Amino acid sequence: MSKTDYLLEIKNLEKSFEGGTKVLKDFSFSVQTGEVVVILGPSGCGKSTLLRCINGLEPIQAGTILLDGQSITDGKTKWSQIRQKIGMVFQSYDLFPHMTVFENILLGPLKVQGRTREEAGIAGEKLLERVGLLEKKDAYPRQLSGGQKQRVAIVRALMMEPEIMLFDEVTAALDPEMVREVLDVILELARGGMTMLIVTHEMQFARAIADRILFLDEGQIVESAAPEDFFGHPETERAQRFLNIFQFEK
Amino acid sequence: MQDLGIRVLLEGNNMIRLLDGLWVTVRISLLAVVISIVMGILLGMVMTLKNPVTKALTRIYLEFIRIMPQLVLLFLIYFGAAKAFNIHISGELSAVIVFTLWGTAEMGDLVRGALISIPKHQYDSSAALGLTGIQIYRYIIIPQTLRRLIPLAINLVTRMIKTTSLIVLIGVVEVLKVGQQIIEASRYTAPSAALWIYGTVFFLYFIVCFPISKLSGKLEKRWQN
Repeated sequence: MSKTDYLLEIKNLEKSFEGGTKVLKDFSFSVQTGEVVVILGPSGCGKSTLLRCINGLEPIQAGTILLDGQSITDGKTKWSQIRQKIGMVFQSYDLFPHMTVFENILLGPLKVQGRTREEAGIAGEKLLERVGLLEKKDAYPRQLSGGQKQRVAIVRALMMEPEIMLFDEVTAALDPEMVREVLDVILELARGGMTMLIVTHEMQFARAIADRILFLDEGQIVESAAPEDFFGHPETERAQRFLNIFQFEK
Repeated sequence: MQDLGIRVLLEGNNMIRLLDGLWVTVRISLLAVVISIVMGILLGMVMTLKNPVTKALTRIYLEFIRIMPQLVLLFLIYFGAAKAFNIHISGELSAVIVFTLWGTAEMGDLVRGALISIPKHQYDSSAALGLTGIQIYRYIIIPQTLRRLIPLAINLVTRMIKTTSLIVLIGVVEVLKVGQQIIEASRYTAPSAALWIYGTVFFLYFIVCFPISKLSGKLEKRWQN
């Protein structure tokens, strides 16, 4: 096992869907510990698929993914083991509707990690408190607003004490006034030094939170730059066109 | 003369005979329901497979059973099979066969519906937590499927119990037939017996089916969360 500076390394990843559509082509990039990388790009560029490949929800055709310098794609380690180190939050929150908020966030720690109810319970209450939802502990998901559900989903992923968090358009399904409360939680995680890969369409947020912007198009990295460079003077014509979509002039 | 009708009900062992008849109804229903639930769960799982052959076969089975009136199916098994293959199947066995065929088809479709109604994201987000395949089914998929399934399945059970009244027509002496026999026997002495006897039969069906449908309502309320 070779120790590297990178927490996550992706080497020559190839991904295509059934029927042969290539989604990711010879894709390589690395994330350092504590780094926040925001992935931008037009829809269908492969950004969500990339996140899904990283925690094994999509099979890949070629290439390697390393976490902590160890390959997670060689089939030697079970995905259920690896996924404990990788927290993922989805666009559609996907809380388990038949469980209360507290049961939702304790399921992983108790059943997957075999932690005790007391210890995980204390951790759970702390995290709920941090996202301002402690009083919703015994509520069912359908009694929560979209923003609250998404915050619970983030807590549920954090409960596993992951080394890296993947956010897949977590605010895309939310009403505008609820976007802020979710983004604030993610910003706070960034301040706490969490390593994160974020797919989003919130440009202001991307600019504020990112250490690095990765701009994807047609399954390839078109640009990789610091946020002020990317938003200030994008190098490629493709990125300029993309950013223009978010500009309004009368 | 009105009091004569109710007298017939209490005369001799008429009430016991009616209850015996009810037991035949319940016995046939119970057997068919239990087999249907087991087979239906298996069928429902098979129906969710992507295999085109199983898809077509289960589809044909379901449509065939649905289109056929239950009475025709009963005649087909009881009279048709006896003639064509020269085998004798008792009325009661024919009834169990028909109601199992029907119950399995309907139950299978309910199970299929409940299974596919679980969003794909539920699988993804539980997998992302590190749950294994078996754990995903045990903690996430099966509890949600059952919550959707049980009220519908109970509704099917009461429908099956009620529909067993058709088996009079293949000569099975169940609660309705016993009622008819009692009415026939006292046709001249108590002409108003029909009202009382059929009223009792109605009541007997009611006390069997009501608790079941009440249970369904209760579960539905409790699981609304």
